Amino acid sequence: MSTIQDSFILALQMMWQLDSELLSIIALSLRVSLTAAVIGSIIGMPLGACLALTRFPGREACIVVVNACMGLPPVVVGLIVYLLLSRSGPLGPLGWLFTPAGMIVAQVVLITPIVAALSRQIVADLWSEYEEQMRSLGLTPLGAVPTLIWDGRYSLSTAVLAGFGRAIAEVGAIIIVGGNIAGYTRTMTTAISLETSRGDLSLAMALGIVLLTIAISINAAATTLSNVSQRVHSGA
Amino acid sequence: MHSPATLLPLSVRDVVFTAGGRDLISGVSLTLEPGPPTIVLGPNGAGKSLLLRLMHGLLRPSAGRVAWEGPAAQNRETLRFGQAMVFQKPVLLRRSVIANVLFPLRLRGLDGGTRQERAMAALQRVGLAGMAGRPARVLSGGEQQRLALARAWALQPQIVFLDEPTASLDPGAARQVEEIIAGFVRDGVKVVMTTHDLGQAKRLAGDIIFLHGGRITERTDAADFFAAPRSEAAQAFLNGQLTW
Repeated sequence: MSTIQDSFILALQMMWQLDSELLSIIALSLRVSLTAAVIGSIIGMPLGACLALTRFPGREACIVVVNACMGLPPVVVGLIVYLLLSRSGPLGPLGWLFTPAGMIVAQVVLITPIVAALSRQIVADLWSEYEEQMRSLGLTPLGAVPTLIWDGRYSLSTAVLAGFGRAIAEVGAIIIVGGNIAGYTRTMTTAISLETSRGDLSLAMALGIVLLTIAISINAAATTLSNVSQRVHSGA
Repeated sequence: MHSPATLLPLSVRDVVFTAGGRDLISGVSLTLEPGPPTIVLGPNGAGKSLLLRLMHGLLRPSAGRVAWEGPAAQNRETLRFGQAMVFQKPVLLRRSVIANVLFPLRLRGLDGGTRQERAMAALQRVGLAGMAGRPARVLSGGEQQRLALARAWALQPQIVFLDEPTASLDPGAARQVEEIIAGFVRDGVKVVMTTHDLGQAKRLAGDIIFLHGGRITERTDAADFFAAPRSEAAQAFLNGQLTW
């Protein structure tokens, strides 16, 4: 028990003193995962909207694949992105292996299907409600996409948060692609993993507390958003 | 209030609509001319809503032809915005009351000032001007339907299709909606509407189309229809004996 207590106190001290190593790790984590969430949303949302609104052969199969990809194992994604980015791989010339850019690529692969699958469901539900009115006004399904995205913005932002939550908490992909290099590609999750195995529990604990706080805040934000949207648009 | 060129007449020829292997509309032909409201009556499942959707262009007929034959039908813009439809359960955007009216005006490409003016005029007309900033979806059922009518009215259509606009409203709200519909008529808008409220049909109708089992059994001037319908199905319907 005392180990937990000691490291907890040490952790609080590090946070209180704004330990520079701690801060740089947190900053990198946020930078990588936020960038990945933005890119993943830019790709995933239109993809989800298209899957919701267009009809083409193989669409059902696409939806199954995208939904299944929500649960991609991070280590496998890490491995594949590693192979792609490695010197002999097709993307080797970019020189992104063991860099934050490579980590972003790996997280984009993890996030995009999550945002796409959730967006598809949200847009499909909204379209089934709006369809007749939109068609009556002469809008095609694709022409209605901006309207659907705007009117579904509260729900869609929860999809983005879900993607970001997945990225910030994930360790398997970025530890393979990033290599957990101190001061360069070390994030909260990879540091926790390393420090725990090395026995330096205070840094691990401090990072764990920050990570938990972020995770809880994201969930709180998502809940608040959907509550706001329900309060604003309740009825009917 | 509208351009003199008109979309009407609307010609429906031998239209069939099939779904799930059943003919839900079979061999319907009719012509809609400008004039007093045309009311589509018939029991549940007769195909009234389908017929309105086919005429409005929301559904494609499985066979037959629906065509606007007026001179304005050549103009894509008029074809798109010269007709509007209001549904039994109004579809309101997750936006404010006035934003719901502004939405189609923007699609129509009107400039900001005109949009605002027309939207406010439309809201005033249906008595919702005081609620312009409220979220549309917290309105009561009657207010929602009035908002849907304001949205249609703001486009200044030549013809409106109303699918049981008062079906789920209490008598007071229904009367307000009926008053707005009467306003459409005074403006020279052709109203085509379905209803289950025979009193309302009597008050509004110029002529009646009676639909039964996906077929038109008769089309008669309203006064004659309510005095003595020609088809047996309509007689039974008015006597409350026709269930389906």
